[in-house]
Amino acid sequence: MPTVTMTVNGKQVSADIDPRTLLADFIRVNLDLTGTHIGCDTSQCGACTILVNGDAVKSCTMLAVQADGAEVTTIEGLAENGEMHPMQAAFKEHHGLQCGFCTPGMVMSAIDLVKRHPNPDEATIREELDGNICRCTGYHNIVKAVKAAADATGG
Amino acid sequence: MSETRENGIGAAVRRKEDNRFLTGEGRYLDDINLHNQAYACFVRSPHAHARINGIDKSEAESAEGVIAVFTGEDLAADGIGGLICGWGITSKNGEPHKAPPHPALAQGKVRYVGDHVAIVIAETPEQAKSAADLVDVDYEELPPVVNIADALAPGAPQIHDEAPGNECYDWEIGDKAATDEAFAKASHVTRLEIVNNRLVPNPMEPRAALADYDPGTDMLTLYTTSQNPHVARLILSAFVGLAPEHKLRVIAPDVGGGFGSKIFVYAEETVVAWAARKIRRPVKWTCERTEAFLCDAHGRDHVTTAELALDDEGHFLGLRVSTKANLGAYLSTFSTAVPTYLYATLLNGQYKMGAIYAEVQAGFTNTAPVDAYRGAGRPEATYVVERIVERAARDLNIPPEEIRKRNFIPPDAFPYETPVIMTYDSGNYQLAMDKANELIDRAGFPARRAESEARGKLRGLGYAAYIEACGIAPSAAVGSLGAGVGLWESAQVRFNPTGSVTIHTGSHSHGQGHETTFAQIVSDRLGIPIENIDVIHGDTGTVPFGMGTYGSRSLAVGGSALMKAVDKIVEKGKKIAAHLMEAAVEDVEHNNGVFSVAGTDKQVTMAEVAFAAYVPHNYPEDLEPGLDETAFYDPLNFTFPAGTHIAEVEVDPQTGKVDIVNWVAVDDFGNIINPMIVEGQVHGGIAQGIGQALLENTVYDAETGQLLTASYMDYTMPRADDLPSFNVETTNTPCPHNPLGVKGCGEAGAIAAPAALMNAITDALGVEIDMPATPEKVWRAAQSAQARAAE
Ligand code: FES
Ligand code: FES
Repeated sequence: MPTVTMTVNGKQVSADIDPRTLLADFIRVNLDLTGTHIGCDTSQCGACTILVNGDAVKSCTMLAVQADGAEVTTIEGLAENGEMHPMQAAFKEHHGLQCGFCTPGMVMSAIDLVKRHPNPDEATIREELDGNICRCTGYHNIVKAVKAAADATGG
Repeated sequence: MSETRENGIGAAVRRKEDNRFLTGEGRYLDDINLHNQAYACFVRSPHAHARINGIDKSEAESAEGVIAVFTGEDLAADGIGGLICGWGITSKNGEPHKAPPHPALAQGKVRYVGDHVAIVIAETPEQAKSAADLVDVDYEELPPVVNIADALAPGAPQIHDEAPGNECYDWEIGDKAATDEAFAKASHVTRLEIVNNRLVPNPMEPRAALADYDPGTDMLTLYTTSQNPHVARLILSAFVGLAPEHKLRVIAPDVGGGFGSKIFVYAEETVVAWAARKIRRPVKWTCERTEAFLCDAHGRDHVTTAELALDDEGHFLGLRVSTKANLGAYLSTFSTAVPTYLYATLLNGQYKMGAIYAEVQAGFTNTAPVDAYRGAGRPEATYVVERIVERAARDLNIPPEEIRKRNFIPPDAFPYETPVIMTYDSGNYQLAMDKANELIDRAGFPARRAESEARGKLRGLGYAAYIEACGIAPSAAVGSLGAGVGLWESAQVRFNPTGSVTIHTGSHSHGQGHETTFAQIVSDRLGIPIENIDVIHGDTGTVPFGMGTYGSRSLAVGGSALMKAVDKIVEKGKKIAAHLMEAAVEDVEHNNGVFSVAGTDKQVTMAEVAFAAYVPHNYPEDLEPGLDETAFYDPLNFTFPAGTHIAEVEVDPQTGKVDIVNWVAVDDFGNIINPMIVEGQVHGGIAQGIGQALLENTVYDAETGQLLTASYMDYTMPRADDLPSFNVETTNTPCPHNPLGVKGCGEAGAIAAPAALMNAITDALGVEIDMPATPEKVWRAAQSAQARAAE
C-alpha cells in the first residue's frame, strides 16, 4: 500500500492507502472531513469540489496518490478563528443555499472563480459555475452571493 | 398583523441552519458511521422484463469480505411483506385499483431495469460491489413495454397477473352530462394533445440508509433520507412487518433535498433494516447517482387530450380532459393519488369553468415507479389548463391576458366551489395578473418583438395563471377520497427552566429552512430571542408523531400546529403569571413574552414564568409544574396559492436556441413568515419548471426498456448558465382558515413555469411543440413555420 502525505486545512496528514482510493473518499473516509460531498458518479455535479494547491478540483476525479505533497483546502478549512470566509458569509447573507448539499462544492468553486475573475459580471459567474449543480436554489441567490463576495473582497 | 419585530414574523431572518451547512458540519446520511458497520450493494435487474429461473449466490458468498447475500426468498421466509401504496382509487366501474405485490426483493420476476434482486453485504463498499457482480441470476427475458399508450393497448406484454391489460384504474371526476351539454352549446372548441414529460427528481444528496439493531433493547434504528420519518416507521412496522412500531426508530438527519422523491418507502431501506437485525451488525447503503436514476421514483409522464368549450366572447363553458398516466412497474407509496386527486381536482384553474369532466386511465409499464415530484399532479393540471387557455386565446384572436380576465373567478366569489370537488378559500387573481403585466412591461412587448424580428429573432410572451391545492390536508376529506392516513401535523413547544425553547415538529426540513421559520414564529409570539430557540425534527425517538413535509404543507399545517402549541403555552403562562403577580387570571394580558395586569405596572416575563414552572416554590396549587405543550392541527381545508408567471423568450430560428430574456412571478402565498426563504423557494421551483420545459427528459428505449438517460451526461440538469435571474413579487390574500393566514410556497414555481415557458416558446414559433423544447425541436418547428409562411 502506498503512503500519501499531504497538508489538509493546514495540518499534515499521512496514511497508507489502497492506490485506487479517490481523493474524495480519502477526505471523507480516512480524514472524516464529511463536508466534501459526493453527488454523482460521472464527475458532473461538483459537490466534491475542493482546493488543491489553491485551484478548484473535483475531488472525485483525482486519486489520493495524485495529491501526494499537495496543499488541500476543504470547506472545513475556510473559516479563520471562527469567522466565516467572505464567500461563506455571502452565501448566508444572500440565501445562496437551501438543503446545503451542493454548498461546500459551490463555495469552493466560487472562491476559485473570484480568484480568476476578481470582478465578475452575472454572465461570467453563471458560466464559471456550470460545473456545479444545485437542485434547490435555481442559482439566482448563488449568483448574487458570489457577486457580493467578489465586491466585498475588493475585486 | 402588527409591525415586523426583529427576527419575528415577516422578517428576512438569515437562516440558523446555514452555519453548519456552510462550514461542512451538516450531518447528511452518508456522513454518519456506526461502529462495526457493514456495507450493502444491491444486485439489480439488467433487464426491463424477465422471469427469474434461479439465483446462484454461492460464488458471491465466498468472495472476499462478504458477510451475507440475501434474496427475496430470505425476506419471504422471515415474513417480511411487500411495499405498499397508501391511497385507494376506485375505478368508474366501482372496482378498487389493481394493487399487485411489490416485493422488496424480486419474487420470480423483474419488471424494470434496476429492479432489486438481491442484497450483498460485505466488510467494505468495494467488496460488496465486486461480489454483487458474482451473483448469478438466470433470467428468461420477456418483451418489455415502456410507454403508457403502448402498455394499455391490446396485445401489450402483461406485466402483472393481477392487472389485466396493465390497467391499474380507469377513474373519472366531474359531471359528464353537464360537460357534454356545455360542448353542445359551444360556438368554439379548442382541442390540444399534450405530453407531460417524465422527469427524475434528482435531489443532490442521493438516497441512503443505515440500520442498527440493539439486541439488548430489541430496538431497530434506521437512519434514512426521508421527508417523513414517522410515516416511514408506520409503513415499515404496520405493513412491512419489520418491527413493532415502538421497537423501530426512524431518524432522518440533514437531508439534501427531496422534491417528493424522499417521501416514499423504498426497497433499499426496508431490506437494509431487516438485514441489520439478521446479521447483528449495522448495515449501510449509499445510492450511486446512476442507481438513483434507475430506482428513485420518477415524476409526471402523462399523455392527455383536452378540449375547451367557449362561447363567441371567449367565456369558458366546459372542459373535457382524458389522461393516460404511467405509474411504472409497481405502485410507489402515494402514486395512485397523483394523477387523480392531486391532478384532476385542479383542472378548474383560476376560472369559472362551467362544467368539467375528466377521466384518467393509469397503468403499469416496465419502468421505474412514478410518484409525486415537486407539485405532484398540480403542475400537470396547470400545464393542461394554461396551455389550452392560451391556445384558445390564439384561436379566437383574443389577447391571452384578456381571455383570462374574462374568465377569472372574481375576488368577491370566495369561498368558490369548483365542479371538481375543491372549495377555493381566497384569492385575487386579476391583481396578480395586473402586477405581473406591469413588471414585464406588457405594453412594451410589441416594440420589443419588432426589435427582435429586425435581428432575425423570434420573440414570445407566455402566461401561466396557476393554482394549486396545498397544506394537505383535512384528514376526513382525504380519508373519504381513499387516503390511508390522516394529514394533520404536530408541534411541541418545550420551555427549559432557564427560558430557552426547544421546538419539536413533525414536519421535516430538507432545505426549506424550518429551523429558522419555526423559530421566528415562536420568537415573535413569545418574545424569546431567536438564538435561544432550537427546532428539532426528523427523529421518531424524540419528536411527536408527525406526517412530514411535502405538498407545501409544513407552514400551513405544521406552523398552525405550532401556533396552537404557543397558545397553550400562553394560556398556562397566564395562570402562572397571575399567581406571581397576585392578580386574577382574567386580568392578565400577554404580549410578546410579557405578562401584565391591565391598568397596573405589574408585569412578569416569559422567562420568569418558565422558571417558576420548573421551580414551583411559589406556584398555583391546582396547576401542574412544567411548561411544555404539544398540539396537533388538522386543517379545515386545503390552501390555494395562486398567481401569474410570465416568461419572455427570444428564439433563434437558425439554431433553435431559446433565450429566456425575462421572467416575472407574482405569487399569492397569503401571509409570509420569511420573505427571503419564500423567494428562494420560488426561484428553485421555477428552475425545476424551466428544466422540465427546456432541458429534462427521461427516455427509455422502447425496444429494450433500457433507461437511456441514467446519468448527468445524458439527463440535462439545469445549470447556472441555462437560467436567468427571476423577478419575484407577491400579493397577499391571507388564508382565512389557518391561524397564520399562510398558504404554502414550495411548489408554485414548478407548477407555473412549464406552462409559462411553453406558451412563450409557442407564441414565438407560432406552432405547438411538446416539452422539452430542445434546440432540435425548436429549430425544426421554426423551419416548418417559416416554410409554411413562405407558401
Ligand atoms: S461527486 Fe464529484 S463531480 Fe459529482
Ligand atoms: S442547496 Fe440543495 S442542491 Fe444546492
